[in-house]
Amino acid sequence: MSLFSLFLNQPINNRVNIEKQLKERILILDGAMGTMIQRYNLTEEDFRGDRFRQTQKDLKGNNDLLSLTRPDVIHEIHEAYLEAGADIIETNTFSGTSIAQEDYGLEDVVYDLNKASAEIAKEAAVKYTKLDPKQPRFVAGAMGPTNKTASLSPDVSNPGYRAITFDQLATAYKEQARGLLDGGSDVLLIETIFDTLNAKAALFAVEELFDERGKRVPIMISGTITDASGRTLSGQTAEAFLISLSHVDLLSIGLNCALGASQLQPYLKTLAKYAPYYVSAYPNAGLPNEFGEYDQGPREMVKQVEAYLEEGIVNILGGCCGTTPEHIKAMAEAVKNYTPRKVEKEFAA
Amino acid sequence: MKPNPIRLSGLEPLIITPDSNFVNVGERTNVTGSKRFLNLIKSKDYETALEIALEQVKGGAQILDVNMDEGMLDSEEEMTTFLNLIASEPEIARIPIMVDSSKWSVIMAGLKTLQGKGVVNSISLKDGEEEFLNRAKTVRRFGAAVIAMAFDEKGQADNLERRIEICKRSYELLVNKVGFDPSDIILDPNIFPVATGMEEHRKNALDFFLAAKWIRENLLGAHVIGGVSNVSFSFRGNNKVREAMHSAFLYHAIQHGMDMGIVNPSQLEVYSDIPEKLLEAVEDVLLDRRDDATERLLDIAESYKEAGTSKEKEVEEWRSGTVEERLSHSLIKGITEFIETDTEEARLKYQSPLTVIEGPLMDGMNVVGDLFGSGKMFLPQVVKSARVMKQAVAYLTPFLEEEKKKNKDTSERHKILLATVKGDVHDIGKNIVGVVLACNNFDVIDLGVMVPTEKILDEAEKYDVDVIGLSGLITPSLDEMVGVAKEMKKRGMKLPLIIGGATTSRIHTAVKIDPNYDSPVVHILDASRAVTVCTDLLKDSGAEFAKGIKDEYTDLRDDHARRHQKKTFLSFEEAKENHTHINWKTTTITKPRKLGVQVFEEVSLITLRDFIDWSPFFKTWMLAGKYPAILKDEVVGEHATELFDDANILLDEIIENNSLKAKGVIGLFPAARAREDVVVYEDESREKEKTRFHFIRQQTEKRSDQPNSSLADYIAPKETGVKDYIGFFAVTAGLGIEDLLKIHSTDDYKSIMIKALADRLAEAFAEYMHFKVRTDYWGYARDENLDNEALIAEEYTGIRPAPGYPACPDHTEKRTLFNLLEVEKNVGISLTESYAMYPASSVSGFYFSHPQSRYFGVGKIQKDQVKDYARRKGQSVEETEKWLAPNLAYNAND
Repeated sequence: MSLFSLFLNQPINNRVNIEKQLKERILILDGAMGTMIQRYNLTEEDFRGDRFRQTQKDLKGNNDLLSLTRPDVIHEIHEAYLEAGADIIETNTFSGTSIAQEDYGLEDVVYDLNKASAEIAKEAAVKYTKLDPKQPRFVAGAMGPTNKTASLSPDVSNPGYRAITFDQLATAYKEQARGLLDGGSDVLLIETIFDTLNAKAALFAVEELFDERGKRVPIMISGTITDASGRTLSGQTAEAFLISLSHVDLLSIGLNCALGASQLQPYLKTLAKYAPYYVSAYPNAGLPNEFGEYDQGPREMVKQVEAYLEEGIVNILGGCCGTTPEHIKAMAEAVKNYTPRKVEKEFAA
Repeated sequence: MKPNPIRLSGLEPLIITPDSNFVNVGERTNVTGSKRFLNLIKSKDYETALEIALEQVKGGAQILDVNMDEGMLDSEEEMTTFLNLIASEPEIARIPIMVDSSKWSVIMAGLKTLQGKGVVNSISLKDGEEEFLNRAKTVRRFGAAVIAMAFDEKGQADNLERRIEICKRSYELLVNKVGFDPSDIILDPNIFPVATGMEEHRKNALDFFLAAKWIRENLLGAHVIGGVSNVSFSFRGNNKVREAMHSAFLYHAIQHGMDMGIVNPSQLEVYSDIPEKLLEAVEDVLLDRRDDATERLLDIAESYKEAGTSKEKEVEEWRSGTVEERLSHSLIKGITEFIETDTEEARLKYQSPLTVIEGPLMDGMNVVGDLFGSGKMFLPQVVKSARVMKQAVAYLTPFLEEEKKKNKDTSERHKILLATVKGDVHDIGKNIVGVVLACNNFDVIDLGVMVPTEKILDEAEKYDVDVIGLSGLITPSLDEMVGVAKEMKKRGMKLPLIIGGATTSRIHTAVKIDPNYDSPVVHILDASRAVTVCTDLLKDSGAEFAKGIKDEYTDLRDDHARRHQKKTFLSFEEAKENHTHINWKTTTITKPRKLGVQVFEEVSLITLRDFIDWSPFFKTWMLAGKYPAILKDEVVGEHATELFDDANILLDEIIENNSLKAKGVIGLFPAARAREDVVVYEDESREKEKTRFHFIRQQTEKRSDQPNSSLADYIAPKETGVKDYIGFFAVTAGLGIEDLLKIHSTDDYKSIMIKALADRLAEAFAEYMHFKVRTDYWGYARDENLDNEALIAEEYTGIRPAPGYPACPDHTEKRTLFNLLEVEKNVGISLTESYAMYPASSVSGFYFSHPQSRYFGVGKIQKDQVKDYARRKGQSVEETEKWLAPNLAYNAND
C-alpha cells in the first residue's frame, strides 16, 4: 500500500498524530452510546426539544437527534468515557444518514446533526487533551450501516430487487461525512458494517469528499459478524470482508457488535493475521440475555478481551452494545500491561 | 522481490499467488459468447440463466465473467439485474465477479452491485491516456482489479512488439499515475484465432505465449489473462478439435506465464487425454512449427467431427433419492430446476396438495431452519430456500383450489399482520418473515416500522387478521411488545401473537409477554420457523398446539421464577416486619348493628338482577368485550345482543317460575389479629375464642414503599386494645338448578345458558349482600351511594376476598368458615372433598371493613412461611404443601 501514499500529496497530520500513539500503545475506543442514553430516561419531549416540537412522527429513540436537542446529555456521556480513559470517542451519529433519518422524516437535519455531534465530541476531546497533553484524545466521526442493504433484497420473490442503490448510499454518506468533518472529526469510522456494499459506498463517498476538499483524515473500518456462521449479514467471511475494503489505505479495520468478546475472537484473529492495517475490536458486553439486555460486567468482559491482548491481535479496543464507562475504564487499565499488535504494511500471504 | 498475490473476493476470498494454479474464469454467462445465455436474457428467463452461472461454478470456475453487450438489450439494466440475482445465490456469489463490457456505463452499473472485490474487463488506451486514467481511477475507487487490454490509440496489438509496448505503457500508467497495486493489474495481450488460412495469423498463439512470458518477467506483479475460445474460432462446429486446441493452448500459455483465463470448463479436454496425432497437429499450429500445420490440422479435424460431443453432464446423484429426499435437497440447496416435477410426484403420492405442503415441503423447510439456527446456512441461502418453497406452493395452488371447491371449503387464505413496534426502525428480519409467509400462502399485511400499538390493533381488527406478528431489534422494543400484549387483552382480542426479532427470546416471551395475554403468544427464533408456527396455530388442532406452548411457557416461567428466588424473596421474618402498617389509634371502627349469624331465605331474583355484572357472562360465551359496549361492537355486537336477549328471556322465565332460589348467610363477629391469624370471638366480651382463621403473607421482595401484605394485617391486633370485627358470607343462586337442567337436558345452548346465568346471579348476590352489609347489617358505610358500574369497579370501602383466591389461596380455610356459619344447614351449600362448593353457583368469603384493605395476590412463598403456617393450622408440612402447591416458590419434592 505504500504506493498509494505516493498518490496522496496532501498533509496527513491527523494520521501522523494518531499513528504515533498507535505505535506505542493500544488505544481505547469508547463504549455504547445507547446504553448510556437509556440511563437518562428521556421522554419524547427531550428528543423533540424546541426545534422539533411540531414534527409529525414520534422521535423518541432517535438518539442521534439528542446532539441537537439535548447536547448536554451527549456531552456528559462523552466526558464520562473520556474520564474512563477513552482515547477515541465516537460521535453520536450512528443513524446520521438521510436514509436512516427518513424513518423520522428528518432527512433535512442530517448535516446539522452530524456537524453538531462532531462539535460536541470535539469540545470534550479537546478539553481532556488539554488536561493531559501526553494523552491526546481523538474524535471518530461515526458512520453507521443505515437500515437498508444494497446487496440483499428485502423481497424474497424478487431477489433482484434492491431497496437502496449504491448511488443513493454514496450521496447520503457524503452528506454525513461533510457534517462530521466540518464539526471537527479527527478520523472517520465506518462501522457496524453488515453489508459490505454499503461500506464500499461509504468509502467511495468519503474518498470523493477528500478529493474535493484536498484534505484527508484517516479512515477506520469496523464490520459485524452476525452469528456463528462467521459471516457478515450479506454473507462474506471475515477475510473476504477485509479484501473487499482494502482498496483504500485504511488506518484500521476491525469488528464490532453482534457478538461478545469471546465469540468475536476467531474472526478478529483472521483480520489480525492478514490485515496490513491496525486492528480494532469493540465487542458487545456479551451476548444478550433472555431479556435482550447485555449484562456482562466489566470484570468478565476484560477477562475475555485479555485473551486478545495475550495473543497480540488488537491495536484499538473498545465496547459496543451494553458497555459503559465502567467497562471502558477496566479495559483502559488492562491494556497498560500489553504491547500493541505489530502491523506489517503488506498483506500477509 | 516476490510480487503480491492478487486478492479478490465474492462471499469468500480468492487469492492468486505466483504459485497458484491457473485461475479459471467462467465465460458462459456472456451474451456475446453464448447464444443460449443471450436467449435466456432476452426472454428474461433469469432462473435458467442463473443455472448456467451455477454450472460454471460447479464446473470449477473461480471467477465468473458476466457480459451483457448486445444491441437489443438494455445492457446496463441487465447487468444490474443479473448481478443482483447472483448476489442472492450464495453458491454463485461465493466467487468474485468479472464485470465484462466494452461500454463504460455497463461496467459502472456492474461495479455498483458488487460487495466483493471483482475485476473490470476491461479498460484500454483505445480512447487515449486521459480516458484510460479516469476510468482506472474510478475502478480503483470501487475497489476492483482491472484488466487492461493490449489496445491503444492506434488499434489492437497484433504482434509481439505491439503487445509488449501497450502492456508496458498500461502497466506503468496504472502503477505510477493511479496508484494501483501491481498485483491488481491483469494484462490481456489478445488471443486471436489461428489456423485461419491467413499468413498473418500464423503467429497469433505463439506471440501471445511470448508476450505473456515477457510480462511476467518484466512487469512485476501483473497477471496475464486471455479469452481462450477465440483461438479455435475457425473450428466452430468441431468440438473435439476445439476442446483439444483449448487444452493445448492453455497448457502452453500457462507454461509461459498466463495465470488467468476465460475458459468454458466444459469445453476442455484433459491435456493428457488428447489423442497423440491430434495433439501434435494442434501444437504445430499453436507454436507455428510447420508451414503446413494448418492444412494438416484441417485434414485430421474431419475425422473427429462426429466423434463425440462434450462430456456427459455430471450425474446428479441426488436425483436418485426418494421424492421426499429430493424435495428436501432442492429446498436446502435452493434448486428450482426439479421442484415442480418432484412436487407433482409428491402430490400424486400423497393424494393431497395440502399434505405435500405440510409434510415433505415443511420438513425440508424445518431442516433449513435448523441449519440456519446452527450457523450452517446463512441468510441469503434461507431466502433462496424460501423461493423454492414458493415455487412449489405456487405449483400446488391450483390443486389446492380444486380441493377446496370439492370440499366446499370457502375459507380464505390466512391473514397475518406484521409490524415493527413503536420506537424501532429495524425491519429486515420482519420483511423476511413476511416474504417467507407470503411464499407459504399467507396473506401478509405489513404495517412497516415504528407502528404504535393502537394502529397495530386497529388494523388487525379492521382486516380481521388471523395472527399478529411483532418484531423489534432494540431492547426497548421488548417493553413495547409487552404493551401490545396488554392492550390486546384489554380489547379482548383472541388472536395469536407472534414475537420475533433479534433481542426477543423464548424466555422473555414466556416471562414478560405471555402472562399478559390469555391467547397464544409464541416466540419464533427466525423466519424459517414462522411458517411452521403460524400453520400449526391456525389448523384445526391449533388450540392444542397453543395450549402446548402456553404450558411450555408456564413451565419456563416457573422455572425462571424458581431460579431467581434467592434474589427476590424475603425471609418470612423480614416479610412480617414489612406488614401493612395501619394506624389503629386513628382508625374509627364501626361495630356491626347485629353480631352473629343471619340467614337470608329466598332473596328476590328481581333484586339480584340489577346487580349482575354482565361482562364475564359474554366471556363465558367466548365473546370479547365489555358490557354494555359489546352489544354495539362491530364484530360481535349482533351476536352479543342476541345472546343478551336470550339470557333475559330465560331469566324472566326463571323468575316467573321461581325455578332458581337464592339463599345466603352472613356472620359478623368480634375479632382480633393474633400474629398471622385472626381470632374470632364468641361474643363482645372477647373472652372465648370461637374459631380462628389462618392467613398467608406475601413474601416476594417489594419496592421500598410497598408492604408484604397479609389479610391478617387488616384486623386490629389484640394488644392495641382496639375492638375490631370481621365478617363472613356464603351465598348461592344455584338451588333448584338440577331440576331446571333436567328440563332442558337436550338443549346444549340452554343448559350452558342456565349455568352461566346462575353463576352471574350468585355473583350478583355476593355483590348485593356485600352492599347490604356495608350499608346496613354492619353499617360501616351507611352513606355509600354507588351505582352498579361503580360496584363492579370495586369502588366501595372494604373487601370480600374468598378462600382459594389470590389473597388467601388456601381452599381449606373454607371448612372453618362453613362450620362457623353452618352453611350447609343454613343455606344448602356443601363442600366437596377438594373444597369446591356445590351447587357451583355459590360464593363464600370474608368481609374486611378497614379502608386500607385491598385485594392482592399472595404470590409465591418460601418454606419458612409454609412451616409456620402448617404449625398454626396444626397439620403436616406435606399436607400444607399439597394445598398450597401453586404458591410454593420452591420444589416441594426437593
